[in-house]
Amino acid sequence: MLESEGVDSIFGYPGGVLIGLYDELEKSDIRHYLVRHEQGAVHAADGYARVSGKVGVCLVTSGPGATNTVTGIASAYCDSIPMVVLTGQVPTGLIGNDAFQEVDIVGITRPCTKHNYLVKDVNELADTIREAFHIARSGRPGPVLIDLPKDVLAAVTNFKEPKGPVAMRSYNPTVKPNIKQLTKVIKELLKAKRPLIVAGGGIISSHSSQALTDFARKLQIPVTTTLMGLGAFPGSDPLSLGMLGMHGTYRANMSTGDCDVMLGVGVRFDDRVTGKTDTFASQARIIHVDIDPTSIRKNVPVAIPVVGDCKATLDMLNELLAEENLGDIPEKREPWLGRIAQWKAAQRLAYDQKDVIKPQYVVERLCAITEGKAIISTEVGQNQMWAAQYYNFDRPDHFITSGGLGVMGFGLPAAIGAQVAAPNELVVDIAGDGSIQMNIQELGTAMQHKLPVKVVILNNGYLGMVRQWQELFFGKRYCATNMETQPDFVKLAEAYGATGLRATKPEEVDAVLRKGLAAEGPVIMDFVVEREECVYPMVPAGAAITEMLLV
Amino acid sequence: MSDEQHVLSILVEDRPGVLSRIAGLFSGRGFNIESLCVANAAQEGISRITLVTWADSVIIEQIIKQLHKLINVVKVNDLTEAPAVFREMALIKVSAKPEFRAEILRIVDIFRCKVVDVSAEHYTVEVTGDQGKIAALLDLLKPMGIKEVARTGITALSRENKNGH
Ligand SMILES: Cc1ncc(C[n+]2csc(CCOP(=O)(O)OP(=O)(O)O)c2C)c(N)n1
Ligand SMILES: [Mg+2]
Repeated sequence: MLESEGVDSIFGYPGGVLIGLYDELEKSDIRHYLVRHEQGAVHAADGYARVSGKVGVCLVTSGPGATNTVTGIASAYCDSIPMVVLTGQVPTGLIGNDAFQEVDIVGITRPCTKHNYLVKDVNELADTIREAFHIARSGRPGPVLIDLPKDVLAAVTNFKEPKGPVAMRSYNPTVKPNIKQLTKVIKELLKAKRPLIVAGGGIISSHSSQALTDFARKLQIPVTTTLMGLGAFPGSDPLSLGMLGMHGTYRANMSTGDCDVMLGVGVRFDDRVTGKTDTFASQARIIHVDIDPTSIRKNVPVAIPVVGDCKATLDMLNELLAEENLGDIPEKREPWLGRIAQWKAAQRLAYDQKDVIKPQYVVERLCAITEGKAIISTEVGQNQMWAAQYYNFDRPDHFITSGGLGVMGFGLPAAIGAQVAAPNELVVDIAGDGSIQMNIQELGTAMQHKLPVKVVILNNGYLGMVRQWQELFFGKRYCATNMETQPDFVKLAEAYGATGLRATKPEEVDAVLRKGLAAEGPVIMDFVVEREECVYPMVPAGAAITEMLLV
Repeated sequence: MSDEQHVLSILVEDRPGVLSRIAGLFSGRGFNIESLCVANAAQEGISRITLVTWADSVIIEQIIKQLHKLINVVKVNDLTEAPAVFREMALIKVSAKPEFRAEILRIVDIFRCKVVDVSAEHYTVEVTGDQGKIAALLDLLKPMGIKEVARTGITALSRENKNGH
């Protein structure tokens, strides 16, 4: 059944109620990746889903196995990642009895899954699995959990392969947008003097970055992306403004304040993007395209709402544009693009590399040495923001980050999943010293399954992002953020049988990167960086997005 | 923007946990539920939930969209905007001292409700109507001493178009 849904890889961890199922799994063609902690299985399935474009699958046991998945599921839910999580459950007869390793995982995950099921009858199993995969991958994708009692797993049934598309009377996401709305969109954008496109993760998950790029170039509209949208539009295109938001570029954030029409596609305008909402894009009429109607008019007022799949919408918009005369666009756009160029010249992302390694320098060198082609996953904190700012993303599907939930410990297992999906590509986790310790045990998974992920630790000995807030807003009182007590990451790597390398001086950075990236198998590269470096620009929480703290 | 009362009529698949999905949506997102009334609808396997909430226009739009997003929800109607009939039933246990009995029965008669249970000291009165009628009855019975009240919450259906279109 799982095989017929196209599943070739599962990330999981066994336990009492699953022994029988594992026995069967062994006989199938599905590859199973044994993780070291169930949270790792979910993040790995997340990374796998983003790189492969398929539904990620996890299999965990009842009780603690199930509860360990919750953080990973919540992260995948925020980031709209297609995933099916299979949890074992105590036998149906014991449910509700507080049995050994029983937990109401369907109740616990109700608010952080797209949908979930408890299967009580083996005859419903096949249809449930099919429905779950359908829900996970269609519409706005998301995680779906199926709870499987031990007796249901053990029961034998006359398996009839269900056929045809899944039909559900209560679930029919709107894919094709309303054409009337689209003609309004075109009119509005042709009239605009200072248009701006804000592209989000929806572009990545709907595979519409080419359509977006064509559209923006034809109309000469500058594009800024959210954190989740990095790679949706080529970072090196002259129309690219980089990322917007709390740590967005100066020109991107200033453009949101000055634009007269804003086209948001596949974004949800969360608070890290908008800053104070009453001042966000205050001169603009906002056009908002999203497959999830709840995203529209949730945080910002919208003049033209368009419910639909980003790809379907952009394809239709491109068709409509073909009928328009765009000859005067370059001339019309000159003043606006000129103003943006001035912002760019006034404030560039910058740092000053002296005798201590700057974290930004490590990321910039990593980008240069890998020619911007590596699949990058990140942990959470400053490391994540520097990765977003200083690595250049020219194509989609190679920046993997826990954007919505911001889960420390995400990067390494996500890199493992990405490596499973793309065995021949270079996968690098850009990590912080704090975050990496949250799921470091997954190095064991990488070793066992020969997944040669590379970890670049930007080691500042601090929970750096929190320390930055303490420096800026709490009088430099660094309470509970000093993490100088840490393992020797080189020895730790070696203890797992991996390679460990360290750089303490700027001139060592290139050599360590080259050696580490070329080494076989998993590698940890520990870069001892400037301890109190901050991420700039920064918009203080709750301030207008154009009110940036600059260096 | 000011809050207004909205009566939502929600058709859902009759599956385990549907009600907690809806209740969880309201509590998790900080929406309020004034009353909730659930029972089978006309179609097999479908239940109708009549939910009363207070919200401004932005929030009610979110509530309706969020309800639609739940996989088991088939249909959501805001009956506040459409012509509809609204009814609620209440059981009111009122103390029936001898000197008030006639008065209570007179009120019951005027309101066209029924006494459904009688004991030495109490009448239990059943009343059906819109919220105004129930409030008025409760007001009148209050001086006699109301012991207990059980209300169903509003249930409602949209009106059919009179012209047959
Ligand atoms: C699981 C979890 N716990 C706590 C936080 C809050 N938090 C956000 S960033 C951060 C510091 C991360 O430190 P480190 O991994 O060293 O990264 P740095 O900011 O120093 O680059 C913390 C504690 C979080 N995001 N996730
Ligand atoms: Mg750190």
